[in-house]
Amino acid sequence: MSKILIVAEHDGQQLNLSTAKCVSCAQKIGGDVDIAVLGQNVDGVAAQAAAIGGISRVITVSADHLEHPLAANWAPEITTLAADYSHVLAPSTTFGKDLMPRVAALAGVNQFSDVMEVLDERTFTRPIYAGNAIIKVSAAAGSLVAMTVRTASWQAAAGEGQASIEARDASHADSGHTRYVGLKSEGGERPDLQSAPMVVSGGRALGSEENFSIIYQLADKLGAGVGASRAAVDAGYVPNDMQVGQTGKIIAPDLYWAFGISGAIQHITGIKDAGTIVAVNKDAEAPIFEVADIGLVGDLFTVIPELEQLLD
Amino acid sequence: MKILVGIKRVVDYNVRVRVLPDGSGVDTEGVKMSVNPFDEIALEEALRLREAGKASEVIVVSAGGDECQQQLRTGLAMGADRAIQIKTDGPLQPLSAARALLKVTEREQPGLVILGKQAIDDDNNQTGQMLAALWNRPQATFASEVVLDGEKATVTREVDAGLETIEVDLPAVVTVDLRLNEPRFVKLPDIMKAKRKPLDVLPLEELGVAVENDLAINTYSPPPQRQKGIMVETTEQLVQELKNRGLL
Ligand SMILES: Cc1cc2nc3c(=O)[nH]c(=O)nc-3n(C[C@H](O)[C@H](O)[C@H](O)COP(=O)(O)OP(=O)(O)OC[C@H]3O[C@@H](n4cnc5c(N)ncnc54)[C@H](O)[C@@H]3O)c2cc1C
Ligand SMILES: Nc1ncnc2c1ncn2[C@@H]1O[C@H](COP(=O)(O)O)[C@@H](O)[C@H]1O
Repeated sequence: MSKILIVAEHDGQQLNLSTAKCVSCAQKIGGDVDIAVLGQNVDGVAAQAAAIGGISRVITVSADHLEHPLAANWAPEITTLAADYSHVLAPSTTFGKDLMPRVAALAGVNQFSDVMEVLDERTFTRPIYAGNAIIKVSAAAGSLVAMTVRTASWQAAAGEGQASIEARDASHADSGHTRYVGLKSEGGERPDLQSAPMVVSGGRALGSEENFSIIYQLADKLGAGVGASRAAVDAGYVPNDMQVGQTGKIIAPDLYWAFGISGAIQHITGIKDAGTIVAVNKDAEAPIFEVADIGLVGDLFTVIPELEQLLD
Repeated sequence: MKILVGIKRVVDYNVRVRVLPDGSGVDTEGVKMSVNPFDEIALEEALRLREAGKASEVIVVSAGGDECQQQLRTGLAMGADRAIQIKTDGPLQPLSAARALLKVTEREQPGLVILGKQAIDDDNNQTGQMLAALWNRPQATFASEVVLDGEKATVTREVDAGLETIEVDLPAVVTVDLRLNEPRFVKLPDIMKAKRKPLDVLPLEELGVAVENDLAINTYSPPPQRQKGIMVETTEQLVQELKNRGLL
C-alpha cells in the first residue's frame, strides 16, 4: 500500500488551498496520507491541515531557519521525512516547483511535474509542450515517486478530519548560504486569482495602467479575481502575479472573461480547464475565439461600460 | 568570475506541436528548432554581467546530439566566449542533465550557473533546482532581477504571491523568468565571428555520467479539445446567454 507525504504550502498563518488539492490527488493514488508542515510556530497551520478529511497524520517540523520556504533548507528536511514514504507530493505552484526538484535530486529520482491524472499508483499523465501534448509516464518500481500536482486539475478535498499532529525536530541545520529578504505583494482584497470562481482578464489592448482600471471595476462588480496576459504584465499595466498562462498561473475558474487578449497558445494553456470562457476582441479572426464558449466581436472600451450598465 | 549558461535545443515556441497519430511522440520532422527562450534570457543576463565588469568569461553548455551545436553557435554569436557540448544521443531527463551539468560545473568552477526556469519542450522546470541540490549550493529560481555584489547575489523571484527577494552566497544556481531582460538580436557579422570561437565536445561517458531516465514515457496523446462555442452579436445577448447558463 502506498504511503504518501504531502508538503503543505502556507504563509505562516494560512494553509494554501493547493494543499487540499494535493490531498485529492493523493486519495486517487490510494493509501495512507500524511501532511508535513514545515515552518516556525506552525501550530495554527497544522490544525488547518489536520482538519482536511482523510489525513492520517500531520507532521510538523518547526525551526527558525525553516520560517520561510527556502528550498535549500526545506529540501533536506523533506527528503529525510520522505524516507518513510512511497510518494511525496507538493502543489505545482511556484512554491512546489522551487522545492520539489531539489527534494527529488537529493532522493536520486526524477520528478513528475504537473500531474493531471492518476492512472495507477506509479503511472500519471502530465502536459508537455505548453499543453499541446499529454504524456502517460510511469515510475520505475521501488523508487520514491516525487511529484508536483497541477492544481487546476484537482478539486480541494473536503471533509472534516481529525488527524493526529506529531511534532518532530529538524534533522538539518541552516544551510547558511541562502537568506530570505522579503516579499512584495500587491494582491489587495480581491479574490485570489488561483481559487476565484470567476476571473476577469485584460490584455495588451488595455493600453495603459490607467485604462486597466476598467477591468478592476468590472471584476469588483462581479466579485471576480483579476488576471492578465503576459503582454499586459510586460507593458507594466499590472504586476507579475496576475499573469495567466504557461509561465504564469494555471487557473480553472467556472467563468473566465478575456478582454483584448488574442489567445496565444501560452495564454490558453493557463485557462484550458476553465468552465466557460467568454472572449471580447475587436478582431473576428483572433485565435481566442477558437476556444471561447461565448465570443463577442467588439471594442472592449464600449462593451465593458455596457456590461456594467446591464449588471446594475 | 566565470558564468556558465545552460542552453537546450527545443522546438521553436511559435511551432504548433502535434502528436503523431500512433502516439509514439510529437512530430518534430522539419520543424524549426531554437534555443529555449528562457536560456536566451539566461545568456543575455550573463553577457550583461560580463559587460558590467562583474564576470570575466561566459561559457555556454548544452547536453545533446551534434545538432545542438547549432544552438551553441547561436549562443556564441550572441556573445558567449566559448561553448561546450556534452555529447549524448538519447534524451536526458532532468536528473541526468543536472548530473552532466554538475560535471562541467566542477571542471569550470563558475561563480554563477544561469539556466532557464524551464525547457518549453518537456516543461519540466527541474534541472536548475537539481543541479543546486547535487552541487550543495544555493538556488534562486524564477529570477526577474539579479544583483551581484562581491561574494553574494540578491535575486528577486517571481512567485505566486508577488515578488520575493532572497540573498545567496556564490557560487550559486540562478534560473530565469521571462521578465529578467530582453535578449539581444544576433547580427550577421557576429555569426561569422562565432564560427571561430572554441566549441569543445565532451562525451557524456567520459564525464562519468550514466544516463538514468527512471521515468518511462508510455504514450503521447493530444489534449482534450474544448468544444467550439457560439458567437453573440451584442452585449445584451452576451449577458442573456450567461444568465441562461446560470453563470450570472
Ligand atoms: C516562452 C513563452 C512563454 C509565454 N508565457 C505566457 C503566459 O504565461 N501568459 C501569456 O499570456 N502569454 C505568454 N507568452 C506570450 C504570448 O505568446 C503572447 O505574446 C501574449 O499572450 C499576448 O498577449 P495579448 O493577447 O494581451 O496581446 P496581443 O497578442 O497583442 O493581443 C491583443 C489583442 O487585443 C485585441 N484588441 C486590441 N484593441 C482592442 C479593443 N479596443 N477591444 C477589444 N480587443 C482589442 C487585438 O485584436 C488582439 O487580439 C509567452 C511567450 C513565450 C515565448
Ligand atoms: N540538455 C540540456 N543542455 C543544457 N541545458 C539544459 C539541458 N536540459 C535542461 N537544461 C537547462 O535547464 C533548464 C530547465 O530545464 P528543464 O528542467 O528541463 O525544464 C533549461 O532552461 C536549460 O537552461
